[in-house]
Amino acid sequence: MGKQLLLENINVPGIETLEVYRAHGGYSALEKALKKKPEELVEEVKKSGLRGRGGAGFPTGMKWSFIAKPEGVPRHLVCNADESEPGTFKDRFLMEKKPHILIEGMIISSFALGANVSYIYIRGELLYVYHILEKAIAEAYAAGLLGKNILGTGYDLDLYVHPGGGAYICGEETALIESLEGKRGNPRIKPPFPAVQGVWARPTVVNNVETIAATVPIVNMGGEEYAKIGVGKSTGTKLISACGHINKPGVYEIDLGLPVEEFLYSENYCGGIRNGKKLKAVVAGGSSVPILPADLFLKTAKGEARLMSYESLADGGFATGTMLGSGGFIVMDETTSVVKNLWNFTRFYHHESCGQCSPCREGTGWMERILHRILDGHGKQTDVDLLFDIQSKIDGKTICPLGDAAAWPVASAIRHFRKEFEEYIKNPSSIKDVKHYYSLRNQQAAV
Amino acid sequence: MAKEIKFSDDTMAVVNSILKRYPEGKQKSAVIPLLHLAQMEFDGWLDVPVMDYVASLMKILPIEVYEVASFYSMFNLKPVGKCLIEVCRTGPCWLLGAEDIVRHIEKKLNIKDGETTPDGMFTLKTVECLAACGTAPVIQVGEKYHENMTCESVDAMLNDYRSKGERKTHWDKQHIKSQH
Repeated sequence: MGKQLLLENINVPGIETLEVYRAHGGYSALEKALKKKPEELVEEVKKSGLRGRGGAGFPTGMKWSFIAKPEGVPRHLVCNADESEPGTFKDRFLMEKKPHILIEGMIISSFALGANVSYIYIRGELLYVYHILEKAIAEAYAAGLLGKNILGTGYDLDLYVHPGGGAYICGEETALIESLEGKRGNPRIKPPFPAVQGVWARPTVVNNVETIAATVPIVNMGGEEYAKIGVGKSTGTKLISACGHINKPGVYEIDLGLPVEEFLYSENYCGGIRNGKKLKAVVAGGSSVPILPADLFLKTAKGEARLMSYESLADGGFATGTMLGSGGFIVMDETTSVVKNLWNFTRFYHHESCGQCSPCREGTGWMERILHRILDGHGKQTDVDLLFDIQSKIDGKTICPLGDAAAWPVASAIRHFRKEFEEYIKNPSSIKDVKHYYSLRNQQAAV
Repeated sequence: MAKEIKFSDDTMAVVNSILKRYPEGKQKSAVIPLLHLAQMEFDGWLDVPVMDYVASLMKILPIEVYEVASFYSMFNLKPVGKCLIEVCRTGPCWLLGAEDIVRHIEKKLNIKDGETTPDGMFTLKTVECLAACGTAPVIQVGEKYHENMTCESVDAMLNDYRSKGERKTHWDKQHIKSQH
């Protein structure tokens, strides 16, 4: 097992309370951090090599250093707890079990950024976790860890939780900001970037839950020590939420650079494919990243063993590689239909498109309907190329990355499993359980 | 005469504490949490007069509330049953049998996705990824997640809710503390 920097003590009874969290060393990083200058903390995070854990992998220290500091304008840190990427459930797990690590990280990060009011934007479906966080925040206020003059240092911080209303798009940072302002989650055109004009036109940094929590071990051990974990530019540990056809689904903390084969088959992690089946494909970093067939997943096109790192998973570009993404690790065994799975994902993106950009609003619907037609037994041989053409006209042509996220699964499924599509079209009787599609088809539910 | 639309004193205390979380003049930010509270207080859905009331609390136009309520999937613009059964239908849950769960509930309650049972007890709704893929298939009722569901455990869950007969909402009433 790798180092357990975030999940350490996660099963200790009462770790969700301030008392037990502190008894296990909690808030020691905060005490250290508040003795430093904010710039020193930004440097420490830069040295750690920490990259955004929500999916994009952008260097956190660099993101922090972009924040504008106009005289007299408040700045804000907003935690992105809108965890909605299919396959991803690491942040929910961490917040539910160990809410104080997020609060400690929020105070450290807010201090580094010079923010005096910060928010945790949590998806509305997780209202039960909202109440867990509220309780933990109340404990922190009572102990002088939040509010005025924190630990006697003269630093003030108010921390609030804000629930969403059910919209995948609000995980995109500018949509999240719009939503926090009480509007529809329509992403903004950048620039201006949130670091200059974010929530209420004030300089804002938006960071993922895991990213913020990671500042706690970084302060505790020092950025340089943290950077020694991992491989190359993939430093530190990463939470991976593993699901699908595996023996041991769950949230695992790995040292970046762990071989994917070990992660998938070791008893310490996923424990192999369930029911003795063979591996067919993996979506390694949340539903948006390219799907890879078993052989290309385990080994790169060059024949090297693939590692759980930003670089190794991306090796070969989109032709033969994928992305680490959010760490939503979805495993499919040999019985899975890649075409049906793609229909499901595409329906998801169609449902979640905010509707601002026509390539995404219309294109996701076209792709869903074409896939439905194929599964309905009425596909045409030209449909495969048509699907590929549509995705290419969404990719990179929208305000936010939801368009790309909808395009990549289609492109990669066709790239690696073209024969499966052609077989369905040629031989509709090979499609089993078509009737299922009618029960789930009318998705414009009355509620 | 129609019932007056007004939050209870206890809920109003929560509303006021939420309104204070945002800078002066930016109280519109509270619209989503207030709509959750409104669904909790007013039968699980948002009738137009309810949304108008919420708008008045933030001193914003009713349209600013309607456009938000109609964008986010958790807000119900039509009446729903006491228990809204939300079944995750996305990728990982689907890989592990969410379709079977949906069809089982449809058969058991004799309703389709989006419909409500004639007794007003249950509404079935399929929803997108609930961030619980490791314990798929997943169903949400109110604030509670029901995980690793099977047809048998669905039956037990439905019986349990039916016997209790309580309304369940995403913002659960148990979190509203009495002010007295």
